Amino acid sequence: MRAFLDQIFVLGKERVLALFNGAPGWLLEIISSLLNIVGLLIVFLSLFALVSVLERKILARIQNRLGPNRVGPFGLLQPAADGIKMLIKEDIVPLRADRVVHFLAPILIAATAILALGIIPYGRNMTPFAIDGGILFFFAIGSTTELSVFMAGWGSNNKFSILGAMRAIAQMVSYELPLILTVLPVVMVVGSLRPDAIVAAQAGYSLGVIPHWFVLTPWGAAAFLLFFVSGLVESNRTPFDVPEGESEIVAGHMTEYSGFKYAIFFLGEYLGMFAIGGLAVTLFLGGWHAPFSFFEFVPSWLWFFAKLGALIFVFIWVRGTLPRTRVDQVMNFAWKFMLPMAFACILAAAVWHYAGRGWAAWAWSLLVVALIYFALARLLDTGQKFAPRTYRFAE
Amino acid sequence: MNSAAFIVIAILTLAAALAAATLRKLVHAALCFAAAFVGVAAFYFLLGAEFVGLIQVFVYVGAVAVLIVFTILLTRREVEEDRAFHWSGALVALAVFAGLAWAIFKSAGLSVTATAIPGLTVKQIGEMLMTDYIWPLQCIGLLLTAALVGALVLVMEEKR
Amino acid sequence: MTLQSLLIVSAALFCIGLLAALSRRHAIFILIGIEMMLAAAGLNFIAFWRFGSQPAPPTGVMITIFAIAIAAAEAAVGLALVIAVYRHYRTTNVDQMNQLKG
Repeated sequence: MRAFLDQIFVLGKERVLALFNGAPGWLLEIISSLLNIVGLLIVFLSLFALVSVLERKILARIQNRLGPNRVGPFGLLQPAADGIKMLIKEDIVPLRADRVVHFLAPILIAATAILALGIIPYGRNMTPFAIDGGILFFFAIGSTTELSVFMAGWGSNNKFSILGAMRAIAQMVSYELPLILTVLPVVMVVGSLRPDAIVAAQAGYSLGVIPHWFVLTPWGAAAFLLFFVSGLVESNRTPFDVPEGESEIVAGHMTEYSGFKYAIFFLGEYLGMFAIGGLAVTLFLGGWHAPFSFFEFVPSWLWFFAKLGALIFVFIWVRGTLPRTRVDQVMNFAWKFMLPMAFACILAAAVWHYAGRGWAAWAWSLLVVALIYFALARLLDTGQKFAPRTYRFAE
Repeated sequence: MNSAAFIVIAILTLAAALAAATLRKLVHAALCFAAAFVGVAAFYFLLGAEFVGLIQVFVYVGAVAVLIVFTILLTRREVEEDRAFHWSGALVALAVFAGLAWAIFKSAGLSVTATAIPGLTVKQIGEMLMTDYIWPLQCIGLLLTAALVGALVLVMEEKR
Repeated sequence: MTLQSLLIVSAALFCIGLLAALSRRHAIFILIGIEMMLAAAGLNFIAFWRFGSQPAPPTGVMITIFAIAIAAAEAAVGLALVIAVYRHYRTTNVDQMNQLKG
């Protein structure tokens, strides 16, 4: 029963494939891929609908409001209403816009986000697109987002759009570096670029309760934090939503989009967030492994989505609490702090590996991370800039 | 299925490349350039060199195309169209293609079909890079650093 | 899919790159053309590795990887040059960059 629940989707797919028994091999291959794609789309489109309403609810909670509660029970049918509204809205294309580029940009953003979702292992034997260089595939696909953001900005032929696109590309390029460098220690320690191998390397428990997740090592914790912040930037979420800051440049590269194209942008952004979150779960939070050995009876895919949900909650929480940063602050933070710390993580991971991966290694790598962190803090002299602010009021 | 994929990818790649070479608008050409390189990466995938295909997409679409686009924006003039086109260049290109095609069709032993896919894993490539190809790798690192510094020096404002 | 057809495709890609580099006058087009020619060469390397006698050492793959890295460096420096020249002459047309004096 346990094994059956764990593998229910795998078995279901096998059952469907059995219907085509006798078909030629290439047809079976195509059907198998199509099934994977359809499953991925169903899961993540419904997750998108759910998260979009939950985000509004949680934000409302943080701001002491009620949030959407008119459509359906607890406002849960709000996404359907929104979708219908978006569909029947007028689709406006500016007269001077570059029509083809303007049209292709949202499609590319959503399509690449869906492709990136393909390499993540969602459960035991549940990687839709198991490829040898999976992590590299994720970043190769992710790096095309910059080009589609540029297409959106340039195609709209609008000052705000192009400014927003330039801001977005500049910050994405800057944060891609720490994002990839923080993945390197994990890849080094595991010795593989295959997501399945990375998840398998985090199996097992010390003393029966402490899982062997990379986030529980000093270098892993530091890398996870850096990865998470870079992920916030890559998915253009608050506090790093400078490219689409409403109060400065209307909506950045999405200014000239309306109706369903705007909805597709929204979808692409959320799928990107899911992809980054899923990769963080795979790399640092043990993938689909249960947090305690006595919880292993729960199906693996449930654990994956529980962890993903927790990460998405933190994404929303951060959005509800932190104010937007300035452009120069974002860039300075990337180059002066994130990049050296990412290198520190690689160093600490190497120390951890060569000191034998035991408790002593744990302490040594903590020492390396802490030393570099404090040296960097001293060097950047953040103490003065973030001194408590004194307020003066008109009297 | 491989042949069908080959034909589709070949047509898409060559069409995108031709568009990149002949389109008037610079930005369109740059986007077609990115598409052409995705096509080349697809060829690498088809030929079993997945790793090379991935870094092809990573480097060309993620970095070079974005650089080109940035350069276009930084050097924009009132007209961003490039109308000048030398037909003599087209003649030379056609002549070179005719020569190459003639050579390819004339040489014996080129019409071999594929043997079994050589399963080349990323791990093997990494080991090769760290053993047999360690000096070229170091040289590439040096070259990239030099290119980085050189590009920075070039685009820095001249002191007057 | 034979080696011959692949070589024809890569020859066509090379000649399209040549066309871009020779016919267009905009510096960025020339760079695009050069990148295309490099990619065609890489495709040739991979094709010969794939259709050669197996198991062979992946020399072709290695050379393509290094070629991609070199092409990236070349693009960065080339585009920086375009920007530097544009600052000076206010043009990106290579026919108009005809003075040695700065």
